[in-house]
Amino acid sequence: MEIGLNHYLVLSTILFAIGLVGVMRRKNLLMLFFATEILLNAVNISFAAISHYYGDLTGQMFAFFVIAIAASEVAVGLGLLIVWHKKHNNIDLDNMSSMRG
Amino acid sequence: MFEAIAFYLFAFLTIAMFYITVTTSQALYALSALAAGMIFISAFFFILGADFLGAVQIIVYSGAVMALYAFGMMFFDTTRDVKEKQGNKAIIIGLSSLAALLVVVIVSAPIVGNNVEAFYPMVEGAGNTQEVGMVLFTKYLVPFEVAAVMLLVAMIAGIVLAGKKMDLSLTLMSDSELMNMKEEDKKVNV
Repeated sequence: MEIGLNHYLVLSTILFAIGLVGVMRRKNLLMLFFATEILLNAVNISFAAISHYYGDLTGQMFAFFVIAIAASEVAVGLGLLIVWHKKHNNIDLDNMSSMRG
Repeated sequence: MFEAIAFYLFAFLTIAMFYITVTTSQALYALSALAAGMIFISAFFFILGADFLGAVQIIVYSGAVMALYAFGMMFFDTTRDVKEKQGNKAIIIGLSSLAALLVVVIVSAPIVGNNVEAFYPMVEGAGNTQEVGMVLFTKYLVPFEVAAVMLLVAMIAGIVLAGKKMDLSLTLMSDSELMNMKEEDKKVNV
C-alpha cells in the first residue's frame, strides 16, 4: 500500500489534536510547555511531508525555523518559570490570575 | 511496502508517546515520553528524505530541549502529582475537534486546489544536506540571520532570568543567613 501525502497530514492532525487536548486540560505550566512542543512537532511533520511530495524545499526551511523558535521559546519560558517558582513556590496556572497594578 | 510498515509503526509509537505525555500525572513520565516521541518523529523525516531535518530534530529536541527541561525540572517539585483543570468536558472536546478540523482544512486546501508549484525545486543529483544548504544560504539568508539573533536574545534572556543569585551557594550558608535572606525576599515581594 502506498503512503501518500494524506496519510502524513492525518497523522499530523491527530498529533495536533493530542497537543491541543494537553493545552486545554493541563494546569501545570511545565506540562503546558510539553503540550506546546507536541503542537510544533505535529506541524513540522506536515511541513516535511508537503516538502517531500511537492519536491519543494520551502517546507523543510519552515520546519527549521519552527525548531529554532521552539528552542528559544523553551529557553525564555523556563527562565521565567524558574523566577516565578522561586517567588511563589508553585507553577499552577490558576494562581497566576491575580495581577495587581 | 517497507515504507508503509515503517510509517504505521512510527505513527502508532508517536501517538502513544504523546498520549502518555498529555495524560500522565507524573512530570517525569511526561518528560521521558516526550523525548521518545521526538525521536520517533525524526523517523518520519528520514522516511520523507529530509535527512538533515531529522538529524536536527534529534540534536535540538532530544538533545538540547529535553536536557533543558530536565535541568529546569530540578528547580520544581516534580514528585508531587499534577492537578488537572476541572473544566467543562464537552466544551474542551468540542473546541479541540473544531481546531483540528480547521487544521485539516487549512493543510488540505492546496491539495484540493491542485495548483501548487515548487518554489525551489529539488536539485537533481544533490544530497538533502547539500540542497538545504543551497536554499538556506541563498533564498532564506535573511530569516536565517534573524533566527540567529533571536537565539542569541533567547540565550541572554535565559541567563538573566534564571541566573539570579547563582553566585550564592545555598548549601554552604548557615541557617541564620538563609532565614535572613528569606525575610529580605518577603519584604521585597510585598
